[in-house]
Amino acid sequence: MQLAPAELLLSLVFAPLLAAIAAVMLGARAGRLLAVMVCLVLAIQLLFLGQRFSADGPFDLALAGIAPPLGIRLALDGLNLLLLWLVTLVYLGTSLHAWASIGAGARGTAFWPPWLLMLSALNGLLLSGDLFTMYIGLEIASLSGISLIALDRKADALRAAMRYLLLAMLGSLVYLLGVAVVYAITGALDFALAGSRLPGGAVTIAALLLMTGGLLLKSAIFPLHGWLPPAHGSAPPPESAVLSALLVKVSLYMLYRIWFWMEVPVAGLVSAGQLLAAMGAGALVYGSIAALRQQQLKYLVAYSTVAQLGYLMLVFALPGAWQGTIYHLLAHGLAKAAMFLAAGNMIWALGSDRLDRLPGLDRHIPASVFAFALAAVSLMGLPPSGGFTAKWLMLTAAWAAQAWVWVLLLLTGSLLTAAYLFRVFALTFAPRSPRRRAQPVRRPHPLMELSALALAMLAIGMGFSGTPLLDVLALPPQLLPGAAPGLPAPLHLTPGAP
Amino acid sequence: MTASLTLYMLAASVLAGLGIYGVLIAGHLLRKLLALNLLGMAVLLMLITLGARGTGAPDPVTQAMVITGIIISISATSLALALLLALQRVTDETHLDAEPLPPVGEDGDAAGSR
Repeated sequence: MQLAPAELLLSLVFAPLLAAIAAVMLGARAGRLLAVMVCLVLAIQLLFLGQRFSADGPFDLALAGIAPPLGIRLALDGLNLLLLWLVTLVYLGTSLHAWASIGAGARGTAFWPPWLLMLSALNGLLLSGDLFTMYIGLEIASLSGISLIALDRKADALRAAMRYLLLAMLGSLVYLLGVAVVYAITGALDFALAGSRLPGGAVTIAALLLMTGGLLLKSAIFPLHGWLPPAHGSAPPPESAVLSALLVKVSLYMLYRIWFWMEVPVAGLVSAGQLLAAMGAGALVYGSIAALRQQQLKYLVAYSTVAQLGYLMLVFALPGAWQGTIYHLLAHGLAKAAMFLAAGNMIWALGSDRLDRLPGLDRHIPASVFAFALAAVSLMGLPPSGGFTAKWLMLTAAWAAQAWVWVLLLLTGSLLTAAYLFRVFALTFAPRSPRRRAQPVRRPHPLMELSALALAMLAIGMGFSGTPLLDVLALPPQLLPGAAPGLPAPLHLTPGAP
Repeated sequence: MTASLTLYMLAASVLAGLGIYGVLIAGHLLRKLLALNLLGMAVLLMLITLGARGTGAPDPVTQAMVITGIIISISATSLALALLLALQRVTDETHLDAEPLPPVGEDGDAAGSR
């Protein structure tokens, strides 16, 4: 059977881009139809690309036949294949939610073009094989995301968007400075090419520091998380879902590419990795405690993102936790998207996002409350769910490396997650006070409830599909020094091979 | 590296320092934005200086990167200005106060509840 051509990679970027332009010209009604269609088309293309990947292994495409360093290389390997699936599924679910909750009116006109543009940028970032193209993708994705936070022109959302924009610009300029230094010493931007030419020494450390610092700010890793809760808490629900499930993850993905694919020959890398992991531990504890103290539902979910991002930093100290980390990234993406959509429905029903208004809600919108509960099961790491598999893999890795501090932290993190999520359940299932009984409850559109439920089911479903997913996930070519022996042979992308 | 290139690099470093200082210190959002642009230009100046190759033709890759960088910086600035205008219209504020948390007051009005 004929395998999909590598050129199909291009359409992952250009299909949403053309749809975004068409949405500007044809208006909101066409825009929302295009968004859902593009997601379906992307899913079909990913099926074909995945088939080629499983037959041939990783492959790449030099745009216009020009090899790096001058040309741009798109590459597909196990890691970005899984992330592209995450992007497509989350976008499909959230687009269906937005179909009803944003609609095709005046809000839709401002919503659908940046929405599609962000999809195109995310795909471009994930596929690109060099440091500068990733920067462009991250910038376009952030700018479209920020314009969507301010969709409703409410004071809180405008302040949050402004704060996010200033920090995002600062973060990306610091990153760009690091990229400039890398290009100055190596004359290349491709991970593999630049990495192989990097000398050890102070300049390389400076470049790595600048790129890492900029990306940590954009991924809202504690203590640089201050912009995230207001931004994710005040955006429209489908937008919050995409920000939490995808946008903060792709800047972490860039960090993984830089740390694990560039083969940086610096001696102090192990202790620097410990420091990054310590920041993750801080995020885990701080974010969870902050989530416990919130009075508004969406802010609680947003602080939960701050906390869960901490798990994704563990891999810098414990390379053995690589598979668990990526599994957590995928499972958290699906579960958090479902949770933001469900929370959005609960807030829509009540007309308020205060937690003390929740009692009795389970009788009015059981589907949304059930979706929230399923997503919570995955976030807490209860079996069977994607979150459980991820935490089990991380726990096994920490146990094998005898990193007892991390074993303790992983368990504490799950307990704290359970604590702040059970707080929501306790309130939701409590009887309504007589005073509140008279207040009307609006029913969300069925699409809004079904999309949240579908994404939550996928997060649970990941608990049953561990082996096939982990098989796709090739190990990075060179894990940090001190990686556990006995890992499968490293996998190299050939730079510039058209 | 020749003396004039060193001068360019020094200028870029000074601009970057001024930009970072401005972002952190300035209160008015327009000033913060100008400072960020200064920082952006400093990074681009550094990039274009790196592309100089003695007497030969300059490196085309850095030039392509700088042009892209300028476009991104223009789009980010125009989005920031639009946000600033909207913020000023809605709240009559031109500063971001140091309170990232929302007030837990009366009816925390729901985002997206329309």
